[in-house]
Amino acid sequence: MPPLKHFGEGLLRGLKITARHLGRKWITVQYPEQKLTMSRRVRGTDIIWDRESCISCRACERACPVGAIKMEVSRGEDKKLKTDDITVDLGLCIFCGLCIESCPTGVSIYIGYNYANTTYRCTHCATDKSGTSPSNGHCGELIRSNDELLPNDAVRPRSGYYRPERAGELPPQTLLVYQTTYGEDRRRKKESR
Amino acid sequence: MTLKTDHYVINIGPQHPSTHGVFRLRLTLDGEVIIDVEPIFGYLHRGMEKLAESRNYTKNIPLTDRLDYLSSMINNQAYCMAVEDLMKIEVPERAQYIRVIMAELQRISAHLAGVGFFLNDIGAFMTPMLYMFREREKIVELFDMVCGQRLNYNYMRFGGVAMDLPEEFLPALKKLLNEMPGFINEYDQLITTNEIVLARCKGVGVLPRELAINAATAGPVLRGSGIEWDLRKKRPYSVYDRFQFDIPTGENGDTYDRYMVRLEEMRQSVRILKQAVEQLPDGEYIGKAPKLIRPPAGETYTAVEGAKGELGFYVVADGSENAYRWHVRAPSLINLTALREMVIGWKVADLMAIFGSIDIVMGEVDR
Ligand code: SF4
Ligand code: SF4
Repeated sequence: MPPLKHFGEGLLRGLKITARHLGRKWITVQYPEQKLTMSRRVRGTDIIWDRESCISCRACERACPVGAIKMEVSRGEDKKLKTDDITVDLGLCIFCGLCIESCPTGVSIYIGYNYANTTYRCTHCATDKSGTSPSNGHCGELIRSNDELLPNDAVRPRSGYYRPERAGELPPQTLLVYQTTYGEDRRRKKESR
Repeated sequence: MTLKTDHYVINIGPQHPSTHGVFRLRLTLDGEVIIDVEPIFGYLHRGMEKLAESRNYTKNIPLTDRLDYLSSMINNQAYCMAVEDLMKIEVPERAQYIRVIMAELQRISAHLAGVGFFLNDIGAFMTPMLYMFREREKIVELFDMVCGQRLNYNYMRFGGVAMDLPEEFLPALKKLLNEMPGFINEYDQLITTNEIVLARCKGVGVLPRELAINAATAGPVLRGSGIEWDLRKKRPYSVYDRFQFDIPTGENGDTYDRYMVRLEEMRQSVRILKQAVEQLPDGEYIGKAPKLIRPPAGETYTAVEGAKGELGFYVVADGSENAYRWHVRAPSLINLTALREMVIGWKVADLMAIFGSIDIVMGEVDR
């Protein structure tokens, strides 16, 4: 047993500290209405590959510790390597970023900044007067094809990785602009040589 | 009058909030008193060491993140140092400092989690743990800023670190360092002299000095027993010899001392961080290292002071791209070896306090 003189002291002190907390700023985020502020270097949950700049060297495939990237590469008529198929198994991927570091072009493969794969689909059901609300058995959004749902510039801007020219406009908290601008610089240097 | 009692065997775990993961304890009880305990682990075994022997050196860095996932940065550092030792790679000064900053931040965050869970175990329920996670969150945000991840950082590379510090990092770190002592004092006020904590921890689960040494324990468990042993001071690696800090030790080796050592270590880490930020030099963040690591045949054992004790990597290279043997000296596992002696004679409720004060992470126990 603790000495009697301490009795109740701990409780009072605890209450005092709790009371001090009542006036503090909240640190919880009301997700999904509010989104977290992510760092610019965040390694999100997309792997984005750019066909134009890829030189099909397969360095990313070799660098991947879990074998999530599978590439099929062949030589075209001009003897140049080209990628026939690339798949990234996001279920296997551990988002370590080693593929991105290994890419010699520096711009062909990126990790996007998206960290939540959920989206709202039924945003306008409640206000939709066109007769496609769920009560009629249809939902305007749910019957869209995958291609329509794929992000385009109007719906959801892709990460600055993918569009280096946009990287500057993106809010500072988003993504790995570094990698992009670094790769772009290198490419420009090469071209000007 | 004497009551005749039978011994009773019960299992705690593998799924139990107080076993800190999938860990099973088979207790033999006489009433409420523990007369024997047999720890059974292996439920989380992932064959990490074998896995690491089948991949090349660079691919093992993300593996080390997943050992003690509450101190991934320190694991990264220890492994990178082991390979650098094999390859004789020079690490630039700035990279050394960045590594020290990351390791000390990680130590604070690991101790915050450890102490928070420990208090949760002894029945403080959520409040202290949430307070501690509030600060841990700030540190995790700093890591997020530096490498883009919040748990498995994969930040260090052979010869340095993957990316330089972003410009917003140092101001944020300085702000945190100014706030941190205040937070630690707050925990101190809230917990240290709380009569329940005193009653539950003082004199409970004493680990005597000799046993602490003979069981090869390390870190706060060893220092709680009064032994001043810290690899950062006794066998300085990286740039630790340039900082001033103390090694906090306990006197009685009880649960309370182990808790106090952790609290004090956080203060010392803040001290080291302040000096490191001041001395941080300019320059390269990564040295010259080949893209494909192929160390010459040889072996190394490189140890650092992890948050839970001596964390060492034993790597045997045979001249190929893969390690021939890869072994981790995991502090959590070795600190557990002293558990039996600590809990015999105590009650089941005390077991939780004692077990919590060892601060283990199952990812490291079952590799
Ligand atoms: S991020 Fe890592 S695990 Fe994912 S595809 Fe790239 S290399 Fe593989
Ligand atoms: S490493 Fe880069 S350039 Fe090479 S195949 Fe992968 S994406 Fe293409």
